[in-house]
Amino acid sequence: MLKTSEIAPRFPILQNKTIILGIRYFFMILVAFLLFGIILVISGKDPLQSYKDIFTYTLGSTYGFSEVLVAMIPMLLTALAVALPARVGLINVGGEGQLYIGAAFATFGALTFSNLPAWLLLPIMIILGMLGGALWAFIPGYLKSIGLVNETITTLLLNPVAPKIIGFLIFGFWHSPMDTVKTPNFVAAARLPTFFGTRIHLGLIIGLIMLVLFWLFMKYTRWGLEMRAIGNNAQAARRNGIPLKKYLIVVMCIGGAIAGLAGMSQVSGFYGVLLLNFSMSLGYMGFMVSWLAGGEPLGILLMSFVIAVIITGGNLLQLTRGVPYSVINLLLAFTLFVVLARPNLIKGKKV
Amino acid sequence: MRGITKAFPGVLANDQINLDIFASEVHALLGENGAGKSTLMKILYGFYRLDSGQILSNGQPVTIQSPHDARALKMGMVFQDFSLIPALSVMENLALFLPRLPAVLDVKGINQRIREVSERYGLDINPEAMVSQLSIGELQKVEILKLLLADARLLILDEPTRVLAPHEVQALFKVIDSLKKDGYAIVLITHKLKEVLECADRITILRGGRVAGTLLRSEVDEEGLISLMFEKKLGSPIVTHKRVSPEKAAPLLELRDVWTHAEGLETSLKGIDLKVNPGEIVGVAGVSGNGQKELGDVAMGLIHCSRGKKFIFNQDFTDKSIQEVRMSGVAFIPENPLTLSIAPFMTVLQNIAITRTKKYARLGGLSMDWQAVQADVDRSTQKLGFSFPLYILARSLSGGNLQRMVVAREMIDEPRLIIASYLTRGLDVQSTIAARQALVQARDNGAGVLLILEDLEELLALSDCLIVLYTGKIVGNFRPEDTNVYEIGHLMTGSEVEHVEN
Amino acid sequence: MTLLAIFGIISSAIFSGTSLLYTTLGEVIDERSGIVNLGLEGVLLVSASSGFAVTSLTGSPYLGILVSVLAGGLMNMILGYLVITRKANQLASGLALMFFGFGLSALIGKSFVGTKINSLPRLLLPGLEGLPRLYTSLFKFDPLIYLVIPMAFLVWWLLFRTRWGLGLRAVGENADIAYASGRNPHLIRYQALFVGGMLAGLGAAQLAIAYAMNWTEYMTAGRGFIAVALVIFSKWHPLRAIVGALIFSAAVAFQLLLQSSGVQISPFLLDMIPYLLTLIVLIAWGGNRKHSAPASLGRVYQGSE
Repeated sequence: MLKTSEIAPRFPILQNKTIILGIRYFFMILVAFLLFGIILVISGKDPLQSYKDIFTYTLGSTYGFSEVLVAMIPMLLTALAVALPARVGLINVGGEGQLYIGAAFATFGALTFSNLPAWLLLPIMIILGMLGGALWAFIPGYLKSIGLVNETITTLLLNPVAPKIIGFLIFGFWHSPMDTVKTPNFVAAARLPTFFGTRIHLGLIIGLIMLVLFWLFMKYTRWGLEMRAIGNNAQAARRNGIPLKKYLIVVMCIGGAIAGLAGMSQVSGFYGVLLLNFSMSLGYMGFMVSWLAGGEPLGILLMSFVIAVIITGGNLLQLTRGVPYSVINLLLAFTLFVVLARPNLIKGKKV
Repeated sequence: MRGITKAFPGVLANDQINLDIFASEVHALLGENGAGKSTLMKILYGFYRLDSGQILSNGQPVTIQSPHDARALKMGMVFQDFSLIPALSVMENLALFLPRLPAVLDVKGINQRIREVSERYGLDINPEAMVSQLSIGELQKVEILKLLLADARLLILDEPTRVLAPHEVQALFKVIDSLKKDGYAIVLITHKLKEVLECADRITILRGGRVAGTLLRSEVDEEGLISLMFEKKLGSPIVTHKRVSPEKAAPLLELRDVWTHAEGLETSLKGIDLKVNPGEIVGVAGVSGNGQKELGDVAMGLIHCSRGKKFIFNQDFTDKSIQEVRMSGVAFIPENPLTLSIAPFMTVLQNIAITRTKKYARLGGLSMDWQAVQADVDRSTQKLGFSFPLYILARSLSGGNLQRMVVAREMIDEPRLIIASYLTRGLDVQSTIAARQALVQARDNGAGVLLILEDLEELLALSDCLIVLYTGKIVGNFRPEDTNVYEIGHLMTGSEVEHVEN
Repeated sequence: MTLLAIFGIISSAIFSGTSLLYTTLGEVIDERSGIVNLGLEGVLLVSASSGFAVTSLTGSPYLGILVSVLAGGLMNMILGYLVITRKANQLASGLALMFFGFGLSALIGKSFVGTKINSLPRLLLPGLEGLPRLYTSLFKFDPLIYLVIPMAFLVWWLLFRTRWGLGLRAVGENADIAYASGRNPHLIRYQALFVGGMLAGLGAAQLAIAYAMNWTEYMTAGRGFIAVALVIFSKWHPLRAIVGALIFSAAVAFQLLLQSSGVQISPFLLDMIPYLLTLIVLIAWGGNRKHSAPASLGRVYQGSE
C-alpha cells in the first residue's frame, strides 16, 4: 500500500532547546507584529506610535507591567489544563467550560460561607473551584476511556453549555438586587489578596506554584513517568502493564480541576464577583498558549507573558486610540498563523 | 521475468529468479515465510524496483516503476490487507478506480456493469451493499472485481485464502477457474499445498530467495513439493536442549480449550490446549498469520478467550488483565518492539523502568530510584552478555539493540514464564545468538518459555516440545527428536501426514 | 398557544435557521473531505461584515452577497494553507482562524455599525396569498431562504452523484486509497474548503444582509460552533442537516416566545439544548463503534493530523 504520510525525521534534542525555541519565537512574533502594523496603517493609525505606546505601557510603566501579570494569571492555569492531559495524548479543548464551572462552584462557596474568615474560606473556594472543573472534565474523560466518544468533541461541545449554566444560576438564584448579570460582590474574605496596590492577586503565586509542581511531577515522579509512557505509545504502555483507562480519566479530571482553579482565581482575585460571560476566550487562549509552548512549563510561562502583553496592549489601544478591542485579536491571530505555518520548527513536541 | 534480483538491508530477497506467466493459466508461487514470493510480485507490480534483471511483456522488455505502470500493462494485484473504504458502497469503491468515470455518476449504468462482470465469473456481489457489511470473502471478491473492471488481464493474488473459510476457498477457486477459462493469467502466492494441488496449472517453488523448481501440475505431488520447499540445512544448532523440569511440576501456563474471537483480518483461535512446564521451551511453528499473534496475546491477557480457561502458575487467570499477568512474574517479548513495547521518545533507561514502576518508586511514587534501575539493567546485561547505550532516546537504537533492550528488561526479575513472539525477526546473527542463549539460560534456571518463531530449524533446535499452528488450531504436538522438518512442513501447510515414530 | 404563536415560531425558526443551515452544509462538505473548521465563527463574521459593508457602500445587496460568498471561500483558504500545505494541527489552526475572524470583522464592520442598507426583497410563500395579513407577514421570505433547501439537495447531489463528490468522500475516508486511485488529496481538500467556505459566506450574507439587516460585533452568536455540532448531529449528511438546523433554531424561537409570554423556563437552559442534544446523540451513536464520521476526521481527533 502506498502511504502518503510519513513521519518527518525529527531534530535531535538540542542543548538549551528552550533558549533556541525562544529565539525562534521571538523572530516569529516580530513577523506577526509587522503584519499587524500593516493592518494599523490601513485603518489609519500610526503603527510605530501604537507599538511605542504598547511597549512603554506594558514594559515601561510599573502599573502597565502589573496589568500584564494580571492578564497572565488565568492563562498560566488554563494552559496547564491543556498541557497536563496532553502528556497522555488527551486533547482538552474544554478549558473554557471547566473554568466557568469552577468559577460557579467557587462562587457558591463565596456566597454560602461568606461569614467564614479568609484563611478558611479561600481554601474552601479553591477546593470547590477545582472540584467543579474536575467534574466538568469527568464526562469527556470517562467517555474517552471507554472508547465511546473522542474527548476533543465532547469538551468542545460542553464549552458553550457552561456559561449558560452560570447564567441560569445567576439569574435564578444569585443575582444581586441591582443587577441581573452578576452576583453581589464577594465579601473581602472571599477575595484573593492583592499585592503592592496593583491588581495582581494571589492567583499568580498559585499559578507559578502549579507550573513548578507540574515540572517536578513529570520529571521525577513515578506517575509522571507512566504518563509520558502513555503519551509516547499508548499501546506499548498498556502492554507494559500501565493502567491506561485509569490514567485517562484521572488526568483529564486533574486538567479540568486546574482550569476550574483558573476560574476561581478570576472571580475571586480579579473580579470579586461572578459575571456573566466573564471569560473572554480564556480557555481557548490557554489552548493556544500550551500549543505554542509545546506543553513545556517554561514555555507556558513565556508564552502567557507574551500573549498577556498583547492583550494588555490591546486594551490600551482601545482606550487611547479608539481601536476596537477585538482588533487585537488580529495580532493574536497573526502570531498564531506564523507559528502554525512553520511546523518543522516545533514538530516533535506534544501539545 | 528474467534474472530478477532484489536485496534489502541484510537479506537477499530475490536471487536471480526466472519466472514465466502465461495466459489462461493459474501459476502458483509456493514457498515458506521469507522465501521471497511477495517481494517478487511487488517488483512485478511496481512497488519495489529490481536491483537487476529484466521484465518482458509479450516478449518486449518493459520498465515498471510504479503501480501505475503495472496497471497500464494490464496487471492487477490483490494484497493481503484490502484497500477498500468501508463507509462506501461496493459500487462507489469500484467507481473510484474505474479508468473512465464520467463527471456525473451513472449509478445505474455502473451497477449494471458490475452485475454483468460479477455474474460472468460467479463473484456474486451486490453493488449496492456497504463494504463495511461484507464478509472477508466478499471483500476479496470486490477487490478482484476492482481489477477486472480496470481491464486487468494478469491478476496477482497474495495469500488470498489466508482469511477465508473453507467454503469461501472453494468459491474463490471456482471464480479463478472461470477467469482462467476466459483467458486471464493468474498468479497465486501461497504456502498452502492443498490449494496449489487443487488449483494450479504451473507451480514455481521459491526457497530462500531462489527458484527451487518450476513444474507443471501434472509432474508433481505433495512429497515432491515439500522436499522442494523445505531444504534440510546443514550446520549444527548452537544449543542443545535438555529437559530440566522436575517431575510432576505444575505447568506454568495452561490453556484449556481456548477459543478466541477474531475481527477482520485476525485469526481466531480454536480449541487450543497447551501446557508450558517449568524448565521447558515450547516452540510454536507455523506460517505467519495462522494465529501466532493471537496466541501470544491471549497468553498475555491482551485479548480474552471467548471460551475456555487460562491458568498461570496454577491459578485461574482467564479474566485477569495484563497488569496482573505481568505482576505475577510473566515476561513478554513481542515482535516489533518499536510499536508494541517501547516509548520511542524516552530514553532507554526510562524505557527499562516503565514495566515495573512500582518496584522503583520511592516516597510513595514521588521519585524514582534510577540507581536501582541502572543496577538492575547492568546485572541483566552482564548475565546476557549484551551492551547498549542507556541515555539516548529509544528510537535511536537499531532494531537489534532494541530487541536486546527488551530482552534485558524482561529478564531483570528472572521471570518464571516468558512469552517470546518472533524473537529474532530482523536481527543480525550476533543478536540472534545472544537472544537465544538468554532464553536457554532462563530455561535452564527453571523458567518456562512459549516461543513463537518463523524459522523451523531454530525451533527444532531450541524447543523441548513443539506445536504447530494452522488456521488457529493446533495440528501437531511433538518432541523435536520425534519429528523432522518435512513433517512439520506438511502440517504448516495444511496437509495431513502420518506421524512416523523414529 | 395560539396558531399565530406557532406560526411565529416556525417563521422565526426559518429566518434564523437559514444561515445556520448554509453554514452547516458548508462544513459538511469540508468535514467529508477530512477537515474540521473550528474557525467557522470567524469565517462567518468576516463574510458578514464584508458583505454588509459592500452592500452599504454600493447600495446593491446582490453585490454584497457575492462579496460575502467570496470572503467565505478565501477565509477557508487560509485554513487550507495552514492545514494542508503546512500540515499544521487542525484544531489549533481553526481557533487561530477564529481569532483572526474576530479581529478582521471588527475592523471591517467598525464604520458600518448602525447603518441601514437596501435589503433583498421579501416574497410571500406561494400558495398562501389567501391568508389574512397577520399571517402572511410571517411568511414573507427572502430569496436566500427559498434557496437554502434546494441548496441542501444540490450539496447532496454533489457529494453522492458526481465524480468529484466521490473523490472528496474517498479523501475524507482514506486519503491513501484516494491517492492510489490517481487523485490528488491535497487539491481536493482545497476545493472542498473553498466550496464549503462559499456556502458559509452565503449563510453569513443571509444573516447580515437579508435577515438582521445590520452589523454588530459577534452578531453570529455562536452559529459557527453550533454548525460544527450540527454536522455531527446530522451524521455528515446534507439532508439531515435540514432537520437539525430547523430543530435548533426552533428551540431558540420557542424560547423567545416563552419569554415574551412570561413563562419561567430560563432562556439559558433552553440555549443549552443544541449542545446537549448533540452530545447525547454522539453517546448514543458512539455505542455503535462505527461513528459514520469520515474516517480521516478520527485522526484529527487523535491528534495525529
